[in-house]
Amino acid sequence: MNPSTLDELLLAHAAGRLPLPVDLLVASHLTLRPESRPAHAVFEQLGGALLEEIDPEPLDPKAFERLRDRLDRETGPEEAPAPPVEPSAGAPALPAPLLAYVPEGIGGLRWRRYGRIAEAVLDLGSPGFTTRLVRAEPGAALFRHTHEGLEATLVLEGAYRDGTGRYGPGDIELADGAVDHRPTAEPDAPCLCLTVTSAPLRLTGRFLRFLNPFVRL
Amino acid sequence: MGLVHPRVRGLNGEVKPPERPNADTLLADMRAVAERGDWVAFNRLFTFYGERVKAYLRHSGVDDAAAEDLTQDVFSVVWRRAGQFDPRQGALATWIFTIARNRRIDVLRRERRPAPDPTDPVLAPEAPIQGDAAVEAEEMKERIKSAVADLPPEQADLLRAFYFDDKTHVGIADEFGLPLGTVKSRLRLALAKLRVILGRER
Repeated sequence: MNPSTLDELLLAHAAGRLPLPVDLLVASHLTLRPESRPAHAVFEQLGGALLEEIDPEPLDPKAFERLRDRLDRETGPEEAPAPPVEPSAGAPALPAPLLAYVPEGIGGLRWRRYGRIAEAVLDLGSPGFTTRLVRAEPGAALFRHTHEGLEATLVLEGAYRDGTGRYGPGDIELADGAVDHRPTAEPDAPCLCLTVTSAPLRLTGRFLRFLNPFVRL
Repeated sequence: MGLVHPRVRGLNGEVKPPERPNADTLLADMRAVAERGDWVAFNRLFTFYGERVKAYLRHSGVDDAAAEDLTQDVFSVVWRRAGQFDPRQGALATWIFTIARNRRIDVLRRERRPAPDPTDPVLAPEAPIQGDAAVEAEEMKERIKSAVADLPPEQADLLRAFYFDDKTHVGIADEFGLPLGTVKSRLRLALAKLRVILGRER
């Protein structure tokens, strides 16, 4: 992915502006790719710098008293930390931000097969976005498609190639409607990806185009 | 949002902004809160950062009462997680910013944010933190602050709108009376300048 585009995603994540599915994708990327963390840290520092320079808004004169009363009442740590989720044996380990939405691991999802790929839709309750895990067998083509909105793909395991390059674990590919790509898993291993689309895919394969109005991917 | 900076009268009658605590004092206060639950120190932190957190939250479109309540939530997290603040990871202002940002996201989304989890077994290891990283984190924030001050005002304004306002790019374009493409290209320019000024921190 073009480094300046990645920076924009990291900036938007640091500023807290991303819709949940894309937020999840970027958080997972940060888990998998330590080299993105320094830039992300700079963008969070930018948030701190801007916060210090904001025009302050006076607080209620009793605000601190109120806060103190509240903290006196609430003793102990704020909340029990969520129990760690154990990935099921043999399944690929998902980054924790993602695992929080797939508590039973990828085996617990409802997978649908389309030839040599399988897809499972994640319900994040974000209208306007579809979030899925896609698993392609070695060498298998992921769907050939174009899309009207944004499509963001994060590779979790394995790698794929398309006309724009090679994408391995932790890589993000962003595509908009202008890209008609044909991602293909590398021949030596299956490829597992998280994809977020902001509009239904439009199928462009010779036969599939016919189905387009009827299929909701 | 046209918020008025509170002003106090100086000795010879001129109006000047209140004295700003310096970064060392605020950091020492934070340590006092973490180590011994010092209420006086916490009050000072709350007085300085609370008004800024409230202003930040007001920008997301909530009313005054809601912003007061959310500021209380943010500082109750600051109090209870004081021991987790690591000055090597980022400036104090940055830590408070991330807590306020996450609270704001929770409210806007009514769901929890998928934050990167430092205990994640999948997490690739971080490079070890070097000795003076705590000083460096505060210094870096100051460098970023002067970098923002050196940006052309129209770029700095867009950056602030990007961080503070709950508006899409289209909404920001409307507010500034600019075409969408101009908003995007100015943000990109600001980002490129920051990278240069910061000596490509990546």
